[in-house]
Amino acid sequence: MELAVPIIVAIISAATPLLLAASGELVVERAGVLNLGIEGMMLMGAMAGFAVTLLTGSHIAGLAAAAAAGMAMALVFAFLTLTLSANQVASGLALTIFGIGLSALIGSAYVGQPVAALPKLDVAGLSDLPVIGPLLFRHDFLIYFSIAMVPVLWWYLNRTRAGLRLRAVGESAEAAHALGHPVIAIRYGACLFGGLMAGLGGAFLSLSYTPMWAESMTAGRGWIALALVVFAAWRPWRLLVGAYLFGGVGIFQLHAQGAWGLPSELFSMLPYVATILVLTVISAGAARSRTFGAPAALGRPFRPSG
Amino acid sequence: MPLRIDRRPDSTAIRVAAPLLAVLLTVGTGFLLFMALGLNPADTLYQFLIAPLLTFYSLTELGVKAAPLALIACGLAVGFRANVWNIGAEGQLTIGAIAAGGVALAFWNEIGWWILPLMLLASILGGMAWASIPAFLKTRFGVNEILTSLMLTYIALLILQMLVFGPWKDPDGFNFPQTRLFSDAALLPVLQEGSRLHPGAIVAVLVALVAWFVMARTVIGFQIGIVGDAPRAARYAGFDARRTTWLAFLVGGGAAGLAGAFEVAGPIGQLVPTLTPGYGFTAIIVAFLGRLNPLGIVAAALLMALTYIGGENAQIVSGLPQAATGVFQGMLLFYLLAADGLLRLRIRRVPATNGKAVTP
Repeated sequence: MELAVPIIVAIISAATPLLLAASGELVVERAGVLNLGIEGMMLMGAMAGFAVTLLTGSHIAGLAAAAAAGMAMALVFAFLTLTLSANQVASGLALTIFGIGLSALIGSAYVGQPVAALPKLDVAGLSDLPVIGPLLFRHDFLIYFSIAMVPVLWWYLNRTRAGLRLRAVGESAEAAHALGHPVIAIRYGACLFGGLMAGLGGAFLSLSYTPMWAESMTAGRGWIALALVVFAAWRPWRLLVGAYLFGGVGIFQLHAQGAWGLPSELFSMLPYVATILVLTVISAGAARSRTFGAPAALGRPFRPSG
Repeated sequence: MPLRIDRRPDSTAIRVAAPLLAVLLTVGTGFLLFMALGLNPADTLYQFLIAPLLTFYSLTELGVKAAPLALIACGLAVGFRANVWNIGAEGQLTIGAIAAGGVALAFWNEIGWWILPLMLLASILGGMAWASIPAFLKTRFGVNEILTSLMLTYIALLILQMLVFGPWKDPDGFNFPQTRLFSDAALLPVLQEGSRLHPGAIVAVLVALVAWFVMARTVIGFQIGIVGDAPRAARYAGFDARRTTWLAFLVGGGAAGLAGAFEVAGPIGQLVPTLTPGYGFTAIIVAFLGRLNPLGIVAAALLMALTYIGGENAQIVSGLPQAATGVFQGMLLFYLLAADGLLRLRIRRVPATNGKAVTP
């Protein structure tokens, strides 16, 4: 049991950026919008969070900057796809390429600089308990936040009027519009929330996971988060399970390097192979079961008329 | 008289004006961005956009970099027209390069005219094979091709690494992660002494011409467009969406694979862990910037090649990170999409008789 503790803690860390970014994208997609720019928003969040923490010495300012950077990126995407009804796939890809470039350009001044990691919770007594202490009471704010968001999102989507409205917009924008719901405004809100969560997910990487900034440091996590939303069949609780599974695969892959005389690259492929397999199983099942279905209006632009 | 915004129909004028406007806005924003970062904006822009046009060598480099971009983008455009989103061209390129490299290494001691054609053939088949995975999953199980083609890109890059760090590593290479240099029989000739310009550039132009002809003048091209624009109408007309998906992936994968062979048999000359600065992804922007029209794609590829060479220049002269190129590329696509949307809006006065306007 003692041996498993550091591994579980590592899995929690690996899962958190995925969970944060994917929670945001889940809401975006539930509103019927597909934003492929998560990677770009995460990188801008990682860079802005790191830079502002370094400059001000305040983690709160850093996290606020990360959230703002993610939202600013999301706003560009929302303006293109919602106001101008541009193609969502192309806009999302542009957001990723742009975010990789801009974060590298602005961030080049901060490469190799040290920054204090986000402080860990320290509850007298509890945090020092063996096993339970490190597992439950010695994490930083973003880890607790990412987990707390799961029931919050579930409650929002399933138990609130606003959440139902958002889902209605995602299922049929035309019907929601006919009922008088402000489709575009709701989708703007969802996109901004997606940007906020992706920005925080990026900040977790640069302020907690590795505490440092490096070009393209998200290393494809934005794309994994995207796959994760599909894996979770657009359900918050399944997202939590999925994020920890994917985090687990990532950690397993690190520890299994060189095991059994196999090339380490084979293990590095695991998360991607797993994603494809899971997508296939879920998509094959989706034909049969309605519970796995994607939001019906996903990726389709809506043009209000009349 | 209330004002009303609606859309004007697509026109050639917009198709041409939007990219030009996008380029202008990108240059303008780049100026402001560099200024904000404390760089000399005029100087930096000069390095990015003008300096590469001033020497003969960098002009030939324009061809070297535009060739794979145009080749891949032409293949992708077929899919994008049909609403098939293959964004894994980078992986298909990588597998194509591995296939070509495998042939080159297998016949390393041989001399023969047939080695190069065999490499090119292998690369096309390799790219197609890799692209057929998302095509199969999409047509058989309805799996989202955006995600699978992208995941397969990461897997392809890891396969390449596995080979060059492992079994294919150059035995006399001081343990560097790269294969042997290909023998002369497996290398493309250069078109111009003192440059790296290779026949792949000619092939890219030819492919663009053929693609243009097929898309604009044949039934197949028409079918692809219909499946993309009006899937229901296409179904009623008896056009098979599954077949279109397969066609799009095979064409896209084959073109990307071929581009991979041109890279390893041309400028690189061996397999290394990183083959391209993301040509497979940039080609997506190229396809859109070229309006999914093969001839427009050639022009867009040259422009993107310019930003790559400009990025290298700026890296050497101003110490900017190479990735800064992505800022230009991303902005270009943003502005293009925005210009497309904005130019198509039309503000009109409508009579306020019944409150609701009728869309023409």
